[in-house]
Amino acid sequence: MPVTSDLTARLSCDLDGVFAEVVEEFQVAVYTTALRIAGHAGDAEDLAAETFLRAYSALRGYSADRIAGLHLRPWLITICLNQWRNQVRAASRRVALAPPPTWDVADQAAGGESPSSRVEHRDDAEQLTRALRQLPPKTQIAVVLRHIVGLSPAEIAEVLGCPEGTARSHVSRGLDRLRTLLTPDSPEVLP
Amino acid sequence: MNPAASIVDRLAGLAAAPTVSLVDRVYASFVSVETPLPIGPVLVAYTDRGINYVRPAGDPEQFAAAYRDRFQQPLRMPARAPRSLTEALRTGRTAQLDYDLRGLSAFEQAVLRKALEIPRGETRPYGWIAAEIDRHRAVRAVGTALGHNPIPFLIPCHRVVRSDGTSGEYGFGPELKRQLLAAENVNLDEIHTLAGRGWLFVGSDTTGIVCYPSCRHARRVTPAHLVGFRSVNQALAAGFRPCRHCRPVVAQPA
Repeated sequence: MPVTSDLTARLSCDLDGVFAEVVEEFQVAVYTTALRIAGHAGDAEDLAAETFLRAYSALRGYSADRIAGLHLRPWLITICLNQWRNQVRAASRRVALAPPPTWDVADQAAGGESPSSRVEHRDDAEQLTRALRQLPPKTQIAVVLRHIVGLSPAEIAEVLGCPEGTARSHVSRGLDRLRTLLTPDSPEVLP
Repeated sequence: MNPAASIVDRLAGLAAAPTVSLVDRVYASFVSVETPLPIGPVLVAYTDRGINYVRPAGDPEQFAAAYRDRFQQPLRMPARAPRSLTEALRTGRTAQLDYDLRGLSAFEQAVLRKALEIPRGETRPYGWIAAEIDRHRAVRAVGTALGHNPIPFLIPCHRVVRSDGTSGEYGFGPELKRQLLAAENVNLDEIHTLAGRGWLFVGSDTTGIVCYPSCRHARRVTPAHLVGFRSVNQALAAGFRPCRHCRPVVAQPA
């Protein structure tokens, strides 16, 4: 990815000047990850903003060589997932009895459509996200990153810390399971 | 639902962008702003939630470096300062501005929010803040929290002085504290002189109200009617009631 490697090269010379471009370039990927893994739209914006702040703080301590060698997209998404896990852990310590987070389904993904198609889209998205939640955590992350965020299998392998082949099989197994879950008459699709 | 669409196409539709660019949330901004204060212009940093760092104008690079070390947040300089900020600094009405006090302890936040309530032209003793935030015994901790005020001048920690009318400590030196107060028409010497006579509180024998000497109501009392007290208790015993504006603190039994 020539664009990204140019970005890291410039980032290593002028962190504050170039970091805004990093935010612009990757905010959809980070926000989508936050939204589809973490839930609520508002929480997802907080989580995405915190991810970039955490990344900035880390970059301040990195050598120019280390910055130039970073794969920014999987690196940022890894930070996002770690932040989310920390929040979940902290929240579960605080309130053990709180209900699980409800997913804020696709209200952002439907801009510019007619009201009826938006409702349709909303239903579809709701059904999809509900099915996604039933996948095992690694499989869920792999499917979200591959088919919603658009990461390559190599990038997903970096995020999951596994070989590329394993990342690929997480994705395909996840898709198979989603198809089963979304087939009408499947007993598992019931909420 | 569209059963014809493949599951991969349906998943791709779930990508989403944040409602506003996150750049504005991630970056803080800093500007140099003119003030009528004795210190002249100041450098002010602010986030999407409010002002969080102020220093007397100096080397902007040094300011930015100190900010980044403290807040771990990228900084940029907008083309011009927000109008609300320049206006508030010109008129001295800084209490109405938004402040971002995240990163400070709940106690420090309470101290600074309380300091914001002290009007221009008046002072309060350290013990007043402690009493108002219901931490009567934390007088020294109030002094420490004010000493670490990251937003001096705008959050007027310089209006908190010792009850004997001496200025007390100040992060930028006691002399600047006196100058800032003098520019706001606070006469510390007069408060000190009254304290020397044992008058830490004053009242009017016509209204029967007892105040801190710098209170706007105390300053309207003519010398013929001015009476002084060592403590609020002494004033209460004389039939006075505490002023509702400056709320002088009744000393706690030790």
